[in-house]
Amino acid sequence: MEILELQKKANQIRQDIVSSLHSAKAGHPGGSLSAADIFAYLYNEEMNIDPKDPKKADRDRFVLSKGHTAPGLYAALAERGYFPREDLLTLRHTGSYLQGHPDMKHIPGVDMSSGSLGQGISAAVGMALSAKISNENWRTYTLLGDGEIQEGQVWEAAMFAGSHHLDNLCVIVDNNNLQIDGSVEEVNSPYPIDKKFEAFNFHVINVADGNDMEQLRAAFEEAKTVKGMPTAIICKTVKGKGVSYMENQVGWHGKAPNDAEYEIAMKELKEEAESLCQK
Amino acid sequence: MSEVKKIATRDSYGNALVELGKEHEDIIVLDADLAAATKSGTFKKAFPDRFFDCGIAEADMIGIAAGLSTTGKVPFASTFAMFAAGRAYEQIRNSVGYPRLNVKICASHAGISVGEDGATHQCIEDLALMREIPGMVVINPADDIEAKAAAKAAYEHQGPVYMRLGRLAVPVINDRPDYKFELGKGIVLREGTDVTIVATGLEVGYAIEACDELAKEGINAELINIHTIKPLDSELIAASAKKTGKVITVEEHSVLGGLGSAVCEALAEKQPVPVLRIGVQDTFGESGPALELLHKYKLDTEGILEQIRAWLGK
Repeated sequence: MEILELQKKANQIRQDIVSSLHSAKAGHPGGSLSAADIFAYLYNEEMNIDPKDPKKADRDRFVLSKGHTAPGLYAALAERGYFPREDLLTLRHTGSYLQGHPDMKHIPGVDMSSGSLGQGISAAVGMALSAKISNENWRTYTLLGDGEIQEGQVWEAAMFAGSHHLDNLCVIVDNNNLQIDGSVEEVNSPYPIDKKFEAFNFHVINVADGNDMEQLRAAFEEAKTVKGMPTAIICKTVKGKGVSYMENQVGWHGKAPNDAEYEIAMKELKEEAESLCQK
Repeated sequence: MSEVKKIATRDSYGNALVELGKEHEDIIVLDADLAAATKSGTFKKAFPDRFFDCGIAEADMIGIAAGLSTTGKVPFASTFAMFAAGRAYEQIRNSVGYPRLNVKICASHAGISVGEDGATHQCIEDLALMREIPGMVVINPADDIEAKAAAKAAYEHQGPVYMRLGRLAVPVINDRPDYKFELGKGIVLREGTDVTIVATGLEVGYAIEACDELAKEGINAELINIHTIKPLDSELIAASAKKTGKVITVEEHSVLGGLGSAVCEALAEKQPVPVLRIGVQDTFGESGPALELLHKYKLDTEGILEQIRAWLGK
């Protein structure tokens, strides 16, 4: 897919994140928006998947280890055709299959339930290991938050992946630099993130702008060429990317826009969509 | 009288895994640096390509098991009960229980019969913790025969299973032609009318001896072996309680949350009768040889009898 088309997908995902959170009156916009370009790239370009056959055996797998950014994943799945876009407005509503955090039992296209931080990467390691055991060629992707990597389990999983040479595993870190209580440095610095993954025997790719589709493409293309070790793609991103008043604002980690804020956000995103259409 | 054959249920588990592994290519066995102790190492010797040591990282092991199961593999994950049900509780709840994945958690060194290692390694809360998780099947086999049958049943069951295994060699009590293991079904080992004794795990062996002793004293006890703590065979227990009017539970586990609690919950709703809960009484264990600890905590035949007689006023 052309870069411009992928950018349009990311814009649509952002609009759907804002709409679904507004409808839910709760949820996590900041980290969903920072990762919107990653979701768009994975689901429209990178992964071998089939929305008509969500459980096909040789599909690539994705685990949203930072499960609270489910609105971004759901928007990407809806955009790709796994379920109707209008269902996104039932997010977090009683009785909806679109739970606050990913639920593999009920949501087409969700490969693993997640939400409790640090656990998704281990499941992704298990999936990658399974493909190795069976000599299958599909790949496993997992997206982590930069706050999430404070969890010790992340490094247990990384140690196993490096130790077992799982080159079919691609770990992506959404390095938006903010967590609930402040910047990640203020709270409990995970830096240097790249050096840590290198020390755990990963091939590390630093992406200077993880909201830039060209840079994402280069990183994912490189990851596929790596043999004998797992890859970690560390993406510098902007939390709340695409909505001016949310960008780099720690307060927008976990609250939904009110009606007025929703209007502003949608206006900005639609303007961006129009400018993309004119390119 | 000939010497009673004794074997630890962890050994039975290791042997059963090898048998299952021969038939089922989809079985993958995981451990967390305790393969020699949990006996998953027996499988490792037979099928090195299907065994993975996760190192001392139990949380990750449970997650890896979850991931494997999403792809159709049937993982058996082993470590000590303390580090499975205890340390990795939340991983089991959220990564296995909530998505109802087909993961078998087979945890050894449960209870105070761990012995010399002491309280830090004597998990007396695992049945309580695992019983709380929706959809989790919880099995506590009594002997070699039952542990092997339980491992097979765990494989055949689609969904998460927790199986409790012991370090201590225990008498083989189920070596009879008509023995049949059915998940969720209790087994009546002695029929009686005066009192119902419900026992689980290694306490079943002691309870048999206690029943026979009570019979000599003119007390006709009914004995039920509950190998599946969840789903509990509450119908069988309630029917027996209706007949005898009194129930005693015996477990090598805290009296809070395990078999005793499960039986009380069932009887409170179906057949309210007085209940005596024999087990570890809201305290930690300690170091010592297993048999001495079972005696000290009144969980051997003598200790059980003492508590039963006192409760019955005999």
